[in-house]
Amino acid sequence: MAIFIQQLLNALQLGGIYALIALGYTMVYGVLKLINFAHGDIFMAGAFIGFFLATYLKLPFVATLLGSMVLTALLGVTVERVAYRPLREAGAPRMSLVITALGVGLFLENFTRATVGAEPRNFPRLLETAAWDLGGVALTSLQFLIIGTALALMLALRYLVRHTLVGKAMRAVADNPEILGLMGVNVDRIIIFTFVLGSTLAAAGGILYAQAYPVLDPYMGIVVGWKAFIAAVVGGIGLIDGAMLGGVILGSTEVFVAAYLPSTYRDGIAFAILILVLLLRPTGLLGRPVVKKV
Amino acid sequence: MAGMAADRAAGPGAGAPPHPAAPPLLEARGVTMAFGGLRAVEDFNLTVQRGELVGLIGPNGAGKTTVFNVLTGVYRPTAGRIFLGGVEITGLPASAITRMGVARTFQNIRLFGGMTVLENLLVAMGFRAGYGLWDALVRSRRFREREAALRRQALELLDLFRLADKAERPARSLAYGEQRRLEIARALATRPRLLLLDEPAAGMNPQEGEELMQLIRWVREQFDLTILLIEHHMPIVMGICQRVLVLDFGRTIAEGDPRAIQSDPRVIEAYLGQQEVS
Repeated sequence: MAIFIQQLLNALQLGGIYALIALGYTMVYGVLKLINFAHGDIFMAGAFIGFFLATYLKLPFVATLLGSMVLTALLGVTVERVAYRPLREAGAPRMSLVITALGVGLFLENFTRATVGAEPRNFPRLLETAAWDLGGVALTSLQFLIIGTALALMLALRYLVRHTLVGKAMRAVADNPEILGLMGVNVDRIIIFTFVLGSTLAAAGGILYAQAYPVLDPYMGIVVGWKAFIAAVVGGIGLIDGAMLGGVILGSTEVFVAAYLPSTYRDGIAFAILILVLLLRPTGLLGRPVVKKV
Repeated sequence: MAGMAADRAAGPGAGAPPHPAAPPLLEARGVTMAFGGLRAVEDFNLTVQRGELVGLIGPNGAGKTTVFNVLTGVYRPTAGRIFLGGVEITGLPASAITRMGVARTFQNIRLFGGMTVLENLLVAMGFRAGYGLWDALVRSRRFREREAALRRQALELLDLFRLADKAERPARSLAYGEQRRLEIARALATRPRLLLLDEPAAGMNPQEGEELMQLIRWVREQFDLTILLIEHHMPIVMGICQRVLVLDFGRTIAEGDPRAIQSDPRVIEAYLGQQEVS
């Protein structure tokens, strides 16, 4: 039982981080119907930006977190402006956008490797960690902080998307992109805002991840990004709640498989679950079933 | 709704009778829209004075909806110029043209189906919300007041269209006629000067068509609107339009009084030709 509770906390911690990144995939998909494959590398960039802020500017945790969120948002918007928008305006097929996204990802990885170096960096510990032992369950304040921050950000996002006008506009683009302009809404602004939100959450995910697993390298975004993408699909791509649910499911699967089975099975079983979920529910757990009209 | 109408009346140029030399509300000069080799609309000229209700008719594929798409900024015309109240709007993005007072409905209903009826209106009101994102995040007083005012206006508008009791339902769950009414309400939510209605009576039976005609008349008076109407149902066109333009193969083949148009040989030929094909 103690082990179970322990692992549950680990699962929520990892799942929360996956969920933060998955939200970026799902929001951009909702608005542009584009899988932004560079998003995992935006997460990596967020972690590295945090690393520099914390190591060289000696910023404390909150300042590092906020600073990285702002700078990473700038990076995300730059990618949108430079790489995606010109293609959209030229009416390029969606496949070109996806390929461009892959290219942007590779660019970010290799640019980071060229400038920062390929050797792993240690992310400084920014927080005094208190630990308690409750009947065999080791609780750390770091775990609560990560879970709490992830949860707070997700609740803020949920509020924003449901109750503010810009959030309503985001849902309106997802619902019927062609007519939003005719409602007097500047669609490009809504798209930029979506990239700001996604990149901000990815940066937060990067900082939290680096607090839990403090080794950074330029390729760290690949596997984490894939898993967050899978989380978004399992939950139902395009759905905010789906990304959160998918993140927690994927995090839990990994943690519990590693806890009770040889850890080499971890990713294999996690991906098998993905395939199984999609076989049973092709539009994801929260997705609307597709009705084929004849 | 009295509030909205009053706001409009207080707007520039509204209170006093229109100046004799006032520019027409809408003017299209030599507008051509080509898609590759196909000229969907060719040398289209139209002048609409403030307060007019003008009909746009013609067989299927004549280019009527293309005219709407050009006027609202969905397409940028290949040639020609468009003016709204004397200000050139040629090539402006759709959102800017909407903000300047042009709203429309669609031939095939295009609502935000997954969003609620009320949210459909709020999205259309969003650009004049008068508060920023920051206000929304910290729930400032300004945000709460403006948000409450928008909701009130939206609910008033829904009430006028007999949709208030369905405000929280997803738009796609409404009945067909209700969806048509919601589209008109949503167009009005942007507070247009010029309203473009694209076959509002499509798919309606004669009685529903009659009700719709009364609704259009009423909306026009209540909101002090100028209306451009695409319609196939001749009784409706004859019943409410003051002037009619007939398009065929992208060209304007006749223009004038509805009754005179009806007996124009070119118009009869255009419609009979279509009947032979279909």
